[in-house]
Amino acid sequence: MDQLLNDFSPGLFVMQAVILLILILLMKKFAWKPILNSLDEREQGIQGALDAAEKARLEMKNLQADNEKALQEARIERDAMLKDAREIRTKMIAEAEDDAKEQASKIIAQAQEAIEAEKRAAVAELKNQVAVLSLEIAEKVVKDELSDKNKQMQYVEKMLQDANLN
Amino acid sequence: MKISSLRIHFLAVISFLLIGSFASAQEQSVAEANDEGPVDTQKEITDYTNHHLKDSHDFHLFSYTDAAGERQHFGFSLPVIVWASNGPVAFMSSEFHHDIDGEVVVEAGGSRFVNLHDKIYELEEGAEEIVMGEDHHPVNAHHPFDLSITKSVFGIILVGLLLLFWFGSLGRQYKRKNIPTGFGRALEPLVIYVRDEIARPNIGENKYRKYMSFLLTVFFFIWVSNLLGMTPFGFNITGQIAVTVCLALFTFVIVQFSGNKDYWKHIFWMPDVPVIMKIILIPIELLGILTKPFSLLIRLFANITAGHVVVMGLIALMITLKAQFGAVGSTGLSLVLTLFISVIEILVAFLQAFIFTMLSALFIGMAVAEHDHHHEHDAEGHEIDDVEDVRESFV
Repeated sequence: MDQLLNDFSPGLFVMQAVILLILILLMKKFAWKPILNSLDEREQGIQGALDAAEKARLEMKNLQADNEKALQEARIERDAMLKDAREIRTKMIAEAEDDAKEQASKIIAQAQEAIEAEKRAAVAELKNQVAVLSLEIAEKVVKDELSDKNKQMQYVEKMLQDANLN
Repeated sequence: MKISSLRIHFLAVISFLLIGSFASAQEQSVAEANDEGPVDTQKEITDYTNHHLKDSHDFHLFSYTDAAGERQHFGFSLPVIVWASNGPVAFMSSEFHHDIDGEVVVEAGGSRFVNLHDKIYELEEGAEEIVMGEDHHPVNAHHPFDLSITKSVFGIILVGLLLLFWFGSLGRQYKRKNIPTGFGRALEPLVIYVRDEIARPNIGENKYRKYMSFLLTVFFFIWVSNLLGMTPFGFNITGQIAVTVCLALFTFVIVQFSGNKDYWKHIFWMPDVPVIMKIILIPIELLGILTKPFSLLIRLFANITAGHVVVMGLIALMITLKAQFGAVGSTGLSLVLTLFISVIEILVAFLQAFIFTMLSALFIGMAVAEHDHHHEHDAEGHEIDDVEDVRESFV
């Protein structure tokens, strides 16, 4: 300790203090300030660039997601449209079938009706014809019958006999 | 990959050569730095080492004895500036003719000076030569205030100029381009290292900026000074107790002036301890204020001094072991060991600069720390135990 105190040179101490103080001030002005400021600036620049890149990446991702979404939507829409089209097609076919069936049955019904009517007309005609024919036959028969007096008498007598029996 | 490993190899060879050459340069100065012929006895070696560890008034590189048997000294003298009893006096140290035993008396500015073990003494009125007392202190001379450009002051100025030149040009480079080239490219990561590894974690993100100038300057000053001490010029700047005292004093002053309310509160009225403890802690904490910078100055001084002593001792091996191993053997042994220790010393040079700066930053950080450890209160005003308290109660 004594040796240390003996070695301590106040002059050197003062010189060191003065020089160090001046050195710190000079270094601050000419070296540390510009260096640290530039480092900060550069780091901020790098950080900014990184942030921008990240932002761009996110945007890109969003864009891609949007694209994907749009694509998905388009696909869904297409599917829906296809499905609709298919449904419409099926419906149309079914409707057409129904229509055709209806039409056919209508035609058939009409045809049957017509046939029926024709038949009825034919039957009526036939009845008329038969009636006329029968009248004519009957007239002829009656005429023929009435021309023979004996036979009429016999017939009346027979009728009377039948009536007596009743 | 191949090229880079080749380059590393090349660098290693170069550094080996450099270290070897400086070791041999120091050998020379050890061997022949005495007016009475080579330094070859145990006492002369010890004296030489002690002389090297201290500051000196001339810049001595090496000496040799020429063909005519005369001692030739290589180096240059430095100005002596002292505040003597008749006012400031300045003269060149060459006027002492390399005498450090107080034999040559220099008359300047109406006073008479001698150089005794590299300290300038002013003789009392009427005294013709220095007279030593019983306690090995001069009785008829006193020590004037010495503002000489000594070897260490010269070294300090040299380091300052080097730093100004290196970092000044690095600072100027940024005006022209974003990324420095050349030597600046090596310096820039060091600045970033000090900022990101020393200042930021210890002082805190918001406050570190104010102390960067001090920390950076001190870091590079100590580091370059330490490295300069490894060169054959034989500087021993950071091994001067006055220099380390000054550096630590700067830290001390900065810490005290940046101490906030919490810092002083923790010294004079430690929170969260019983009153009796608060009173006991005051002197301990006050002592702590002083021991922190004191440890800084002693650590740096002791490490560098020890390093120089070891290197000098190992270099001296070739003289002390000459009898046992022969000239070649002792020189070889000394070279190998010195080389080994020099490599460690290069590491220590950085390490001490780092530790000094690191601890300075830590002390500053302790002084400016915001204590957000205050207890939170719930609605009724009761203290809510935070994590620390819970942990403490467990421990």
